[in-house]
Amino acid sequence: MSEYIIKNGHVFDPVQGIKGDKKDIAIKDGKIVDKVGSGAKVIDAKDKTVMAGAVEIHAHIAGPKVNLGRIYRPEDKLFSCTPTKGMERMGGGASIPTTFKTGYEYAKMGYTTAMEAAMPPLFARHVHEEIRDTPIIDEAAFPVFGNNWFVLEYLKNQEIENTAAYIAWLLRVTKGYAVKVVNPGGTEAWGWGLNCLSVNDPVPYFDITPAEIVSGLIDANEYLGLPHSMHIHPNNLGNPGCYETTLDTLKLAEGKKAKNKFGRESVMHLTHSQFHSYGGTNWGDFESKAKEVTDYVNKNKNITIDTGNVTLDETTTMTADGPFEHHLTGLNHLKWANVDVELETAAGVVPYIYSPNISVCAIQWAIGLEIPLMMKDPMRCYITTDHPNAGPFTRYPRVFKWLMSAKARETQINAFKHKDKVLSQTSIGTLDREISLYELAQMTRAGPAKCLGLGAMCGGLAPGMDADVAVYNFNPDKPVADPEDIEKAFSRCAAVFKSGVQVVSNGDIVSNGNKRTLWVNAKVKDNPQVMRDISEKFIKYYSMTQNNYEALGHHFVPNPYALEVDAT
Amino acid sequence: METVTITMKNAPALYLEADNVSPDAFAGKKAAQIAELSVHEGNTTSTLGKYFDVSGDAGATAADTKVVVRGDVKKVKYLGFKMTAGELVIEGTADQYVGAWMKGGKILAKGDIGAFAATAMKGGELTVEGNAGNYLGAAYRGDWRGMSGGKILVKGNAGSDIGMYMLGGEIIVNGNADVHVMTHAEGGKTIIKGNAASKLGGQMVEGTIFVFGSIEVMMPGFKPNGEVELEVDGTKAKFAHFIGDMGERHKKKKGVVVYGNLYKKI
Ligand SMILES: [Zn+2]
Repeated sequence: MSEYIIKNGHVFDPVQGIKGDKKDIAIKDGKIVDKVGSGAKVIDAKDKTVMAGAVEIHAHIAGPKVNLGRIYRPEDKLFSCTPTKGMERMGGGASIPTTFKTGYEYAKMGYTTAMEAAMPPLFARHVHEEIRDTPIIDEAAFPVFGNNWFVLEYLKNQEIENTAAYIAWLLRVTKGYAVKVVNPGGTEAWGWGLNCLSVNDPVPYFDITPAEIVSGLIDANEYLGLPHSMHIHPNNLGNPGCYETTLDTLKLAEGKKAKNKFGRESVMHLTHSQFHSYGGTNWGDFESKAKEVTDYVNKNKNITIDTGNVTLDETTTMTADGPFEHHLTGLNHLKWANVDVELETAAGVVPYIYSPNISVCAIQWAIGLEIPLMMKDPMRCYITTDHPNAGPFTRYPRVFKWLMSAKARETQINAFKHKDKVLSQTSIGTLDREISLYELAQMTRAGPAKCLGLGAMCGGLAPGMDADVAVYNFNPDKPVADPEDIEKAFSRCAAVFKSGVQVVSNGDIVSNGNKRTLWVNAKVKDNPQVMRDISEKFIKYYSMTQNNYEALGHHFVPNPYALEVDAT
Repeated sequence: METVTITMKNAPALYLEADNVSPDAFAGKKAAQIAELSVHEGNTTSTLGKYFDVSGDAGATAADTKVVVRGDVKKVKYLGFKMTAGELVIEGTADQYVGAWMKGGKILAKGDIGAFAATAMKGGELTVEGNAGNYLGAAYRGDWRGMSGGKILVKGNAGSDIGMYMLGGEIIVNGNADVHVMTHAEGGKTIIKGNAASKLGGQMVEGTIFVFGSIEVMMPGFKPNGEVELEVDGTKAKFAHFIGDMGERHKKKKGVVVYGNLYKKI
């Protein structure tokens, strides 16, 4: 493999505590090294910013609901197609790009690892086929557990060990990475025409509460010692006043401690916290509760969050929170698709326009920025758009601009039709914090990597780590004359390396890299009861056989990378 | 106003996507530069000059430019695509997407035009001396935003699904219209001076349809609401009034439910 030396760049690396010092980064055999020979290819990074490749902790980029969005929204591709160019295949789609465009766009922005945040286990094969067809970036997928019949039955009887054995089995057969929970119990209730809007609403038939599901899944997660924590989209998403449900959910982590060998300290990851930080009783008195939520998270070190920033775009919402999507189509009257996944989950899809002329959308925009600006520890708060729910991931550079420049926020606030309402219902106008490049590296690299249990592998530039490196045309020594320059610089990298292969040069894709599928191989003690329960469910309930369920082999996972966990 | 005339000399073997034939794309260019503009035949991109003779230079702006298209353009799509000002005259019969996404200016089609003309039109005028195809003034596939402004006049007949998801503006058809008129519409007006087939105003939320001739089959979702004397596009007559689609959601304005309206001349 080739050797490279990235010379004279301003390096920002929270893993080593480097805050913009001029430093050379050497790459050899896919890893960061101390030194390379004189024959190494030189990348001139003078007056540029150098960071590790960014890590996406939560996006919907592969699988059946993403593809349903692509199929039922031809208009999303209408004026967003890009023809074949050099290494790049044709691509298309603005909020639900094709797999190829997804890989290219992440890479061009300096992202080298991404998590698909909701894999329906039954459709793991589809998820992995799309991951396989997404070039360059390493990916992993989180199977959803919060409405799964096995989990509901085991946790009703507080059987943590059986839940853990089932999780280990499911991660293995679906090549999954983490325990994802979406509207715990509520999506199952949706199958009965109901929902769970608080942590104490009982799930019909199963007679268990969301609180019991969440608490039990944290315990099972730590029993196994998985790399990532339990990752949750709580009940009552998106409704005025939902922050109380969010706080009730966060409190379920109280007293729980992370047990794992990966350096992860959190036991609960609250995703797209923007959607869960709403006050008020209706859309008229709708207001921000970002302070209440971040106050709690700031005090409780075993919780991490991501933002879910609204980008003020036309987009496509999609979630395994089936009842929420039905509620949303009732609000905006746009087309709705719903899929039930037997025994496991359900999903809905609805297009959405976050208009700067609608006060609710503008307030959502403000809440998404208040949260990271109010979080004291950037290592526990990560930037996402819950792609494509709050906006497309391709808008990250715009979100960075708003976070790094109070002037850019002010310009946007002044452009809102209901500016006064945004200022009265949120505190965005009083926040003058500007996120530094070092903090940005914490929020987009070192932080999410640590939270995912990948802190030793990616998210930093220490020797021995994977050589995932992004070089931006941004000179930190020069004052920012125009905030637009921030957005421009972070949109297209000068150079990107993935596992030591240069994949981007001057904003263009120059290699499809060597993408991997990350998954977790958790070993547990033989558990005949769980194995018997699984085969019984397949015989009695599933419409397919167990052999057709598993996503195994080269076709689905051509380049696997397993993180080994031993819970025997 | 300067006139640029393009005349077909080499008819394409496949359909030609000529999304650069508009006053906007031509504005400020000499004939030779216009001939260099791109067109697409199948998966091949080439120049307008490969297919058309170009004569005359464009005006400085779209508003100062008139484009005349001559010869057989039956296999040419997207004439007048996204135009905002100026004029376009199509002397023969054209294929799909004439005036699609247009915002202003005037298009005169002297022959027939194909389907999806004036897709999502926002303004301007489209006059068709022959017949129009299906999905005139409709939304793009999958989209919910059809024609929202401007005026379309078809002197012959129109195809099916005209004004689908219409939000505003006006469509007048002097002849007959085929099935599905203003399906899902939330505004706008369609006048059919000849006969209509069936499924008028299906899932219509708001908007108005006038029919001067017969309606083959009425939608069951429309209910009679008396008779009214009206003047419609210069014609004074008595109309039977129907409101609907009763199976669709409807907004309230000042406490009164607003329905879609269907008027049939008596
Ligand atoms: Zn999500």
